[in-house]
Amino acid sequence: MTISRCEYDFQAARLRLEAKPKSAGEKLTTLDEAAARVKDGDSLAFGGCLFSRTPLALIRALLRRRPTGLTISRNLMCYEGEWCMVAGAVDKVVTSWMGIGLPWGLSKIVREYVESGRVPMEEWSHLALGLRFRAAAMGVPFLPSLTMLGSGLVDVGGSKTIDCPYTGQKLLAVPALFPDVALLHVHRADRFGNCQIDGYPHMDADIAKAAATVLVTAEEIVPEEEIRLHPDRTVIPGFIVDALVHVPYGSYPHECYGLYDAEPDHFSVYVDSINQRGAAGVQDYLERYVYGPATHADYLALFGEAALADARRRGRELVT
Amino acid sequence: MGARELKDNTTVFAGVGAPMMASGLAQRMHAPGLTMVIEGGIVGPKWKPGSLPISTNEMRAAYRAQMLPGITDAFLLAQRGFLDVGFIGGAQIDRYGNLNTSAIGGSYDRPKVRLPGSGGANDIISLCRAVIILTAHEKRRFSETVDFITSPGWLIGGDSRRASGLLFGGVSRVVTTLGLFGFEPESRRMRLEALHPGVSVDDVKAATGFEVLVSDQLTATKPPTDEELGILRMLDPARQFIG
Repeated sequence: MTISRCEYDFQAARLRLEAKPKSAGEKLTTLDEAAARVKDGDSLAFGGCLFSRTPLALIRALLRRRPTGLTISRNLMCYEGEWCMVAGAVDKVVTSWMGIGLPWGLSKIVREYVESGRVPMEEWSHLALGLRFRAAAMGVPFLPSLTMLGSGLVDVGGSKTIDCPYTGQKLLAVPALFPDVALLHVHRADRFGNCQIDGYPHMDADIAKAAATVLVTAEEIVPEEEIRLHPDRTVIPGFIVDALVHVPYGSYPHECYGLYDAEPDHFSVYVDSINQRGAAGVQDYLERYVYGPATHADYLALFGEAALADARRRGRELVT
Repeated sequence: MGARELKDNTTVFAGVGAPMMASGLAQRMHAPGLTMVIEGGIVGPKWKPGSLPISTNEMRAAYRAQMLPGITDAFLLAQRGFLDVGFIGGAQIDRYGNLNTSAIGGSYDRPKVRLPGSGGANDIISLCRAVIILTAHEKRRFSETVDFITSPGWLIGGDSRRASGLLFGGVSRVVTTLGLFGFEPESRRMRLEALHPGVSVDDVKAATGFEVLVSDQLTATKPPTDEELGILRMLDPARQFIG
């Protein structure tokens, strides 16, 4: 596999950013309008990690538009990556690990799509992929690292080594990754897109700075004063954000730190259907949970208020 | 066995499952000053008994943590050299402790079985000062060669690991369901150091796909004490992780 030059072209990425308005104005919009900013063939980075703070509402809105030719990147790709494969939306997956979680075993969809060569999977270590976003966030073409050296990942990822100009030591030059679009879910934002995240920050702030376009859903839209009273909690400033949507339970049935717990039983039902029916099981799931519900409220109604309230109760208990 | 390898006032990069149980056990036995770092970007959690994490990126894994620096910065702590021990598992392992969690059979691009990938295992084995591999001992796992090196052990032995640019650390122990292995200092080949009670050298040979070297000072591991088992059962009352 070779890394495309546009991924690490820091000059092109900078010019793109310079041409973009850095608006301090209102960013609030709808899920459909936000998703419409993704074009076929774009490279996307999803925020959160595994089943934590995944921007699922945005991803569902995106898939309803039947996109094609996307590249998607995320450190721990969960079943949103399987949806994109089965929906025919992706040409390439960039990740460190893909599955649902240890209790659910290997992903049958990854096996089917990668083993047959339908969707190539570009594999990095966690640190290397994290440094790709950080290099992009820093506006440089690569970062030196001591990881991945000696392993097969260097060859299959297409990364290069350099000699340190000071010590002469061999280092891995981890190439920047400038996504076209970042899709993120956060705890709260004001209407200008100043975003705050509770709990583990994952690498969302790096991804936001790395991307050309930043789409955010927030559990809560708060008054500007609330952000300005606690600016230490702001991890993404508004002028970086292009579109913001108010979406409570925006990552459900994945978890959102301190607000609601994940639904492992839902994952198990999903995996059971794949074990029985392969990709057709995912197709059914997409019909029911992605293409079917007309609005986010309709989507949440599929789970019911009792389940949402219970997830909320567990979420609170897990941090207290 | 993993827990006993962890000393007080050290740091460990721990994954979910067995590594997490070993770390939690060590913390409650002889190493109250043990600091865990978790892949999800979590430093120093104190997990709640009965509420153990099933992933490195979930609220249970972060319970009562000291700090939540994010994933990249957690691994940069390892790159800086702050992590004394790393714990990892693997689908396939060879005599030099190289691990494969990427692809089995066929070619890398069109494998017979596509596995989940490195996750943080490559970083942990590349960057921690010492690494303990915890794995089930089966012939299909202990392979003459790995199909792909996801996480580099001692590569092809000798000084090949250092020559590749990996200046620090290396695999120090492999703890399996049959015994405890170290590595010969020069050749870096895996060597049986201790057997679990009731296991013979022949049992190990039968379950290993490469030639088994045996230490001159082969010993037996001590079975878990009642106190250790009690703590494990307290941490995991539903027996999700300890079976």
